[in-house]
Amino acid sequence: MEDSTSSSQEKENQQVGEAVRLSGGRAAASARDPAPQQPGPGARQDFGAPQQPGRASRGAPESGSARADALGPPTGERGLPGGGRREAGSAPRPPCRRSGALPRAQELRAGGAQERSAAPRASQAGCRELEVAVRNAKGYLLRVSSKTGLSLYDHLSNMLTKILDERPENAVDIIENISQNVKMAHFSKKLDTLQNENEMLPTYEIAERQKALFLLGHLEGADQELEDEIAENSLPNVMESAFYFEQAGVGLGTEETYRIFLALKQLTDTHPVQKCRFWGKILGLEKNYVIAEVEIREGEEDEEVEEEDVAEAEERDNGESDADRDELPRPFYKPPQAVPKEETRTGTNKYVYFVCNEPGRPWVKLPSVTPAQIVTARKIKKFFTGRLDAPIISYPPFPGNESNYLRAQIARISAGTHVSPLGFYQFGEEEGEEEEDVESGRDSFEENPDFEGIQVLDLVESLSNWVHHVQHILPQGRCTWFNPIPKHEEEEEENEEKEEKGEEPDYLEQEIGPPLLTPISEDLEILNTPAWTTRLSSSVIPQYAIAVLRSNLWPGAYAFSTGKKFENFYIGWGYKYSVDNYAPPVPPPVYQEYSSGPEITEMDDPSVEEEQAFRAAQEATEHAAQDNEESEEDEDDNSEYH
Amino acid sequence: MDSESLLLSLELAAGTGQGLSPDRRTALLTSLLLVKRDYRYERVLFWGRILGIVADYYIAQGLGEDQLAPRKTLYSLNCMEWSLLPPATEEMAAQMAVVKGRFMGDPSHEYEHTEFQRTTAEGEKTFEDDVVVQVKEETRLVSVIDQIDKAVAIIPRGALFKTPFGPVHVNRTFEGLPLSEARKLSSYFHFREPVDLKNRTLLEKADLDPSLDFLDSLENDIPKGSWSIQMERGNSLVVLRSLLWPGLTFFHTPRTRNHGYIYVGTGEKNMDLPFML
Repeated sequence: MEDSTSSSQEKENQQVGEAVRLSGGRAAASARDPAPQQPGPGARQDFGAPQQPGRASRGAPESGSARADALGPPTGERGLPGGGRREAGSAPRPPCRRSGALPRAQELRAGGAQERSAAPRASQAGCRELEVAVRNAKGYLLRVSSKTGLSLYDHLSNMLTKILDERPENAVDIIENISQNVKMAHFSKKLDTLQNENEMLPTYEIAERQKALFLLGHLEGADQELEDEIAENSLPNVMESAFYFEQAGVGLGTEETYRIFLALKQLTDTHPVQKCRFWGKILGLEKNYVIAEVEIREGEEDEEVEEEDVAEAEERDNGESDADRDELPRPFYKPPQAVPKEETRTGTNKYVYFVCNEPGRPWVKLPSVTPAQIVTARKIKKFFTGRLDAPIISYPPFPGNESNYLRAQIARISAGTHVSPLGFYQFGEEEGEEEEDVESGRDSFEENPDFEGIQVLDLVESLSNWVHHVQHILPQGRCTWFNPIPKHEEEEEENEEKEEKGEEPDYLEQEIGPPLLTPISEDLEILNTPAWTTRLSSSVIPQYAIAVLRSNLWPGAYAFSTGKKFENFYIGWGYKYSVDNYAPPVPPPVYQEYSSGPEITEMDDPSVEEEQAFRAAQEATEHAAQDNEESEEDEDDNSEYH
Repeated sequence: MDSESLLLSLELAAGTGQGLSPDRRTALLTSLLLVKRDYRYERVLFWGRILGIVADYYIAQGLGEDQLAPRKTLYSLNCMEWSLLPPATEEMAAQMAVVKGRFMGDPSHEYEHTEFQRTTAEGEKTFEDDVVVQVKEETRLVSVIDQIDKAVAIIPRGALFKTPFGPVHVNRTFEGLPLSEARKLSSYFHFREPVDLKNRTLLEKADLDPSLDFLDSLENDIPKGSWSIQMERGNSLVVLRSLLWPGLTFFHTPRTRNHGYIYVGTGEKNMDLPFML
């Protein structure tokens, strides 16, 4: 019998395929099957019985026959000796051979219903032996695992079906994984539609939102409107800057940039925007922030101020009512007068910032920044979470939540890293003569119409060709210095607390920062690290390269210039670079609430000697008081007793 | 990221903002192919970029048949000419630990560091001297790359599998993580020899599949919360960013084979992490 199996390896492989398909339940009765199965009841029961229910349950007869037809031609190809033999040499071979031998035995019993010239005829006795062996083997394979309820027979046939369906290369190398995947497939839940929906919901939601961005433009159809829109354009050409930044090796990728572009368009359409700019992106732990820098048209930004006034008024009310209810002892400590925040359109609040987590989501306006927030932001180092209302837990405590911290960091980054080629901006002439500006430094500038551009090479070689066009923020947290003292005195007079006056310095030295449009070559070094790195975007083709500026102080801040155009961009975590590790500031010394004197100082317990001396002295005085005229001897006696 | 799918990978990792300029990209596509041929690597990974003050280092790594075998690291300043770096040693790490500040971008640059050393001469006299130690930037580069690799190089679960004979191969049947798994840190593994696995309790190890779970998962990383895991582009992209080594971005598109990591940063560890969370 052995020769019969080995001599017709090729045919056998075909058979394997068929057998596998049959038992795998994929195909129902094929055209050939019924004939050989009829005469052999012994073999048939084994083969057919376990399969029948499966077949019946798995597929309608029509689909089964259609499948069989479709499988017809490939069975010929399946005989390829290369793949088949290698497979046969590995572990799964024995079961294959056995199951493959089965149909042959049946065919023989069918009395040559199908002519196979290569198959040698075997004797009746051999046939019966084989039949028994096959039946036993098959019975063993069909045994159902008591743990999982699966049989090896089904598993192997499923595996082979998968392999033959998918035809991976070098299947023997990954047979373990295939086996595992087949087993895993039993556990994959057949999710009903409801669950499916749930899992994919956010994907669809954002797609739906972004679809709205694309449809926005189509709503206004008239050409007239389109012309108007183009004429009063406040939208920046984000794609153009993105192109240049890509040359520099920075950027968010074309798709995301375009989405942001569309989102900015939505912003400029829905808000009264004078000028708009894509400021950058700040990465957060859970979500990121896309930030737009906006100049609101004049006369349309009052809402926020009113809201804040209301909020402040409420706070004041609360304070008063608290005081009425319960009078608490008042501490002597008077907080230093808060430095007022700069008005909109000046200094740190020159622009308004809008943020969104993802293009397509609503834009949220950030509150304007106060000097206290900037001062504290300098002392802390935190990651952003991506939720604007998240609290900032830090020492020193930050006044406000994450939106305030974000706004403060934006102000700091802008002040530190927004640069432009020298000569692009010039000071406005009218305001330069006013008296206020002499004191605070000129704080307004305009685009220089005569700017002719600077050679790219010059921009790369010399940092003095770049200037800051955002005002430096003073240590106080403002761009223009505010003198807190005169007001302080007034308050003191109101409160009638004159003692403290002496402690306060009468005169605070005015903080001075570098004026506007200072060349960046004057930026301070951070421990031997220059503040900026310049580079030509391409060393291979320098003719058309652009100048790229990278901030080392604020990792993630970039600027480019083609000579005439320039743009700034920030992408990063939103913290400043420091060579040394961060250490939170030491808590301030404990405030002294009262002057220390002997009446409230705790004293050491007297020692025994001191006590005795004291008692002696006391008694001495008593005696002296009781009988002044007593002799000295008595006193001596008394003291000896004690 | 695999050099063969470089363009797609760069596109997927672009959300962090650090890409490559077109000329660098093109140069890499050409030169990494040649690297693969010349050094006879099975796979070449584009590892990333270390930003220096004067110039940037571009780093690539070559892998052999066994994915976990020590990797060969190459660096280049222009993306065209690659030079092999020596393997990292503990001694290098010790030397590097004293160096602070940014990379310069010049491999022969020497950092100077004055060390307070106590030398015991003959007899009982001890001298206290300031010794100037010089560390070459190349040494620092090797050591930093090795540290980053050990700390934050990651792969999704199932992307590699351990063959019964020991070597680790790329899993060809890996079809990506399912969406529900993609959001968990436990589905991502450190791409290095397991260290922590031996210390796990038997109970924890009970459910592990020896052919897939043979690496340390990110779940037990110290400090906790040193990874930021985000779903981007709706739900179609998972991005993990290391907070311990800011600049390392890992991306994976669930239900596809696309995954990889890239480091673009200054090569400095974020020691302030505990304060920043």
